[in-house]
Amino acid sequence: MMKTLAGLTFIGMMASLYMAFIYAPTEAVMGHIQRIFYFHMGAVWVATIAFTVVFIASIQYLRRESRFWDILALSSAEIGVLFTTLTIITGSIWAKPVWGTWWTWDPQLTTTFILWILYIAYLMLRSAVSSDVKKAKFAAVFGIIAFIDLPLVYLSVRLMRGISPVVFGGRGGGIAPQMMFTLVVCLITFTLLYVVLLRERMSVEKMKEELARLKLEETT
Amino acid sequence: MKKIWAIVWKDIIIELRTKELFSSMFVFALLIILIFSFTFGFSVEFIPVAAPGILWVAFTFAGVLGLSRSFAIEKEWNSILGLLISPIDRSYIFLGKMIGNMIFVFIVEAIILQIFVLFFNYNLFVNLPSLLLVILLGTVGFVSVGTLFSAMAVNTKLREVLLPVLLFPIIVPVIVSSVKLIGVILSGKPIAKAGSSLQILILFDIIFLVICTVIFEYVIEE
Repeated sequence: MMKTLAGLTFIGMMASLYMAFIYAPTEAVMGHIQRIFYFHMGAVWVATIAFTVVFIASIQYLRRESRFWDILALSSAEIGVLFTTLTIITGSIWAKPVWGTWWTWDPQLTTTFILWILYIAYLMLRSAVSSDVKKAKFAAVFGIIAFIDLPLVYLSVRLMRGISPVVFGGRGGGIAPQMMFTLVVCLITFTLLYVVLLRERMSVEKMKEELARLKLEETT
Repeated sequence: MKKIWAIVWKDIIIELRTKELFSSMFVFALLIILIFSFTFGFSVEFIPVAAPGILWVAFTFAGVLGLSRSFAIEKEWNSILGLLISPIDRSYIFLGKMIGNMIFVFIVEAIILQIFVLFFNYNLFVNLPSLLLVILLGTVGFVSVGTLFSAMAVNTKLREVLLPVLLFPIIVPVIVSSVKLIGVILSGKPIAKAGSSLQILILFDIIFLVICTVIFEYVIEE
């Protein structure tokens, strides 16, 4: 199962690279730099799924108190932070030639930035608690609050700068079918990648627990 | 209701006897105002623009100082156990601690306002009822989440250090909308000029007051 998924992800990734760089037509205004968008959107997509999963797993943990949900939340949060970082990096690379700046305090960018900090704080909270049960509970509480907070963050940062012109998407209405197709392939590939990474991360965490248990048995 | 007040009253008495929380918050707030005067080179032209920001930095930083002590004092003598075994609902404990924290933060805020007027020679009280309303709503927002996080932070290895790291990103909506509202109020314009700030602030308060009260029991269990 795991191998098939990993294989599919590999094939998908190769196909995405080919499609993004060669198959998709060059965008008329932005030129080649627009090609980074396929991977940028992929990263955004994975981050969105990852943090939604953290939220659901956190609620489930508080209801059921089973280790599975806690491990799921932790693994998903780490992947989410990784892909939010990638989102910010790819976005900056795109923004420099197109907007002429690496960063601007646009509502969407600001929200992404706060999102990133929130889940780094989530991981810091986890690493700062020694007891396993407390760690899981605190993390679940923070995971729920952070996720509910996000829409409010977005609404409030929109106040600061009025409503900025919709440069995002950049491609407006007339999007070529090849571009759309490339984007869909990329999103599917990234979803697979998320599932593969999540399962790997969860099995690492389970191994860690197994190891701790074995060590404990050895000493007693 | 009586049970909640018992907890609030307990915290007030402790504070009246030790005065440690209040004095540190007060001195810290003074220092913030002082640092801001330095950064603006003692010139007054920036004050109208910077006033809402300076006020909220002072409120939240001094507030976090107080919040981080809130559960640390319970932890020190293990008096949190006393609270937990007393026959009251966990949410009452939360509300009691939160109201206590809010009273302390309000007092410090009232003093900060006076000091601000005194040092910057800038009239904050053009529209006092609206100003106080916004400060009240903003304080409810950040103290409700802050009280919950304070209970978590004392149980971590990092203790007080972790509280601002957890709290500040969450209260971004409170800070943004309050700063915007105070800016509008100080410039003498109607509140409607601040867009949907007031609605966002009220929404934040309601959502997190309810969530924090409900979720508190998971944080405090021993």
